[in-house]
Amino acid sequence: MRAFLKAAVFAAALALPATANAFCGFYVAKGDADLFNEASKVVMVRDGDRTVITMANDFQGEVRDFAMVIPAPTVLKREQIHVTENGIIDHLDAYTAPRLVEYFDENPCRRLRMERTLGATMSMVEDVPASAPVEEERLGVTIEAEYTVGEYDILILSAEESDGLSTWLTQNGYRIPDGAGPVLGSYINQGMKFFVARVNLKEHASSGNAFLRPLQIAFESKKFMLPIRLGTVNSKGKQDLLLWTLTRTGRVETANYRTQRMPTGQSIPTYVKDDFGPAYKAIYGNAVERAGGSGVLMEYAWDMGWCDPCAADPLSNKQLRELGVFWVEGGGYATVVAGSGDLVSSVAARLGIPAAALANHNNLQTNSELQGGQELIVPPGFDVPDHLVRWVPPPNGGAVDVFVTRLHARYDAVSFPEDLRLIETGDRQNFQGRYVLNHPWMGTEQCPAADEYRKSLPDRWEDEAQTLASLTGWDITDIRAEMTKAGQKPDGPPWWEKIWNEREQ
Amino acid sequence: MLVRLMGMSSLKRTFADPRHGQIAALSCLILLGSIIYAFEMPWWRPITGLSAAIFVQWIAARALGWGFDWRSPTISALSLTLLLRTDGPWLVVLAALIAIGSKALIRVNGRHLFNPTALGIVITVLAFPGAWISPGQWGTAGWIVIAAAGCGLAVTYGARRLEVPLCFLAAWAALCFGRALVIGDPMAIPVHQMSSGALLVFAFFMISDPMTAPWNQRARITWVCVVAAIAFALQTSWIVTAGPLYGLVLAAPLVPLLNALFPAPVARWRPSSPASSQPKGAPTCVPS
Repeated sequence: MRAFLKAAVFAAALALPATANAFCGFYVAKGDADLFNEASKVVMVRDGDRTVITMANDFQGEVRDFAMVIPAPTVLKREQIHVTENGIIDHLDAYTAPRLVEYFDENPCRRLRMERTLGATMSMVEDVPASAPVEEERLGVTIEAEYTVGEYDILILSAEESDGLSTWLTQNGYRIPDGAGPVLGSYINQGMKFFVARVNLKEHASSGNAFLRPLQIAFESKKFMLPIRLGTVNSKGKQDLLLWTLTRTGRVETANYRTQRMPTGQSIPTYVKDDFGPAYKAIYGNAVERAGGSGVLMEYAWDMGWCDPCAADPLSNKQLRELGVFWVEGGGYATVVAGSGDLVSSVAARLGIPAAALANHNNLQTNSELQGGQELIVPPGFDVPDHLVRWVPPPNGGAVDVFVTRLHARYDAVSFPEDLRLIETGDRQNFQGRYVLNHPWMGTEQCPAADEYRKSLPDRWEDEAQTLASLTGWDITDIRAEMTKAGQKPDGPPWWEKIWNEREQ
Repeated sequence: MLVRLMGMSSLKRTFADPRHGQIAALSCLILLGSIIYAFEMPWWRPITGLSAAIFVQWIAARALGWGFDWRSPTISALSLTLLLRTDGPWLVVLAALIAIGSKALIRVNGRHLFNPTALGIVITVLAFPGAWISPGQWGTAGWIVIAAAGCGLAVTYGARRLEVPLCFLAAWAALCFGRALVIGDPMAIPVHQMSSGALLVFAFFMISDPMTAPWNQRARITWVCVVAAIAFALQTSWIVTAGPLYGLVLAAPLVPLLNALFPAPVARWRPSSPASSQPKGAPTCVPS
């Protein structure tokens, strides 16, 4: 403790830069490709000092133009870098996505209620970009390590000053955006290394993947933070960051920016059902403005073992481990459903596993004929394609000791001048961005309660119109017109709206 | 209207004791935070904090023969309510117990050593994952910061300790801007760091407590700078998210030392204050 205190005072008194120990991505374009990153998807797994970051990559251009530069705390070993599948991030995105919930009004003459949920995934976009070495020594740039991981060639660079690094990157074919120099300099002064990834075309071609897969890095760091500053220098205006954290104690929030909850649980007009995407984008944009442009919005916080309503199944233990959740046991097992007329051997061939192993595990013969819909348990230890199997969690009630938080920020250099500092709270309260559709009962039955019910509907529709207008910032008259088109004419506008407003529906 | 109802003189009398101003200001901040800033403020937090703090103070007063005074534990409980987040009521009770208990048990030269609220928060947060601090809850800039600063200034001015928050903020600014200059960060970064609402709340409502600061002005300023330095080092190197609170606790043992090294002026209690059970804001340094 004494040594700790001494060091603390010493560092502060000299205003020495601290060693920054965490990192995130920024993307640079190679050549003339007009690329900018509009949104990033990042998953952070954290327990104690151990951290695993997964960075998804929606790069749409020529893969040879792809390059990514990330400030890194240390020289990462080959084993600390991994490539995973896009499907896992998509699954996490779907599981945590803001959702619509549908309710159907009961027949007021009787009692009955139905609930159905619709998952609506808000996907965000992200772009990215690529490249090699010359004159390192003169420029003060050192190539600390060089690896090929999956379809990526990775360099770990250290640099003495930003001009040298910028020159090196430029000479090696990377297009450095204006304004990157000082930011690179700041990270260099904090003792950081640089993790540079580009696509190995040969590996990419042999992998058979159409898209670039997410890169993962595992490291230890006292700092729980996400450097976002480099990401702001090559962007045109504001960009979106979707950050998922997978932790043990509770939800995660930002320490140096305000984290707010998305408005949730409100009833909106049912016509939105077919067009939830634009509506949610407007709801989010409006919430950002209300937060003063610099807030972080929490869209989901939930115990990973379950969901209610579920926009997608919770991630399996296998998927969680793939994302780096090192404290979760693989556990559980996969099952595969046979088609009508399938043999054990044909199912095994589809999965790419030995027929004998599948047959033995299920007490069958390799040539046993299966019934359509029959479920077979996949023997453990085989790597089977996720889309062909269903993962059954281990029989412990689904408790996985993982808490997921989905944070969404819209940022630029002005609204978010600092990197995100994160804290894990002790709050395990579940939260979801959820919007409710109440379908009216349209039956023809007659009874006093039904008459009363029918009379009350226009009022309720007007409330829903007002709610949607307030959530999205859309013009209320447009919303009323849409609702009327959908057969739900709201009881509006109120009389005072007609006095000064010339635009009338 | 209120003034007319209460009568100017009774209002003046009420706010002559700076602790009343502090209670009013803290209550306003809690209300503003809950209503405007959507702090998560379950009803049990202020209730359990206040009851536990007042109860422990009452026990301590009986055990140690102090006169019982509700104001000091009320201030501690309101500060806890404002700064500490917990997943259940019992951690609030524990923090209140540590805060008020430390006043009774950890005493040097007749004064309690630690800022009660800061110690209660730091121990609870370090020991239990269910307790945490949300420094980001205030956001930055905006009127809430001005309101916090305004209330804080008034309260602090009442306590005649304006130099403490101002020195702390100046030292913090020097460290933030100094670091930015050294590592080549744009000035927007230290400006953002300085406009944190949580920082102002700390400066005006925590470190300004006159009972746990050195008596001598020069010693006090030195001590405030040391708190800022420790806090800054923790916050930048060890990513402790509420560095100032930790800094305040870690620098507390220096106070008796500084009081011994810089003895003048001799302090005594303001004659109107009853003995010593109501520390916050009560003591005044009067050269003898």
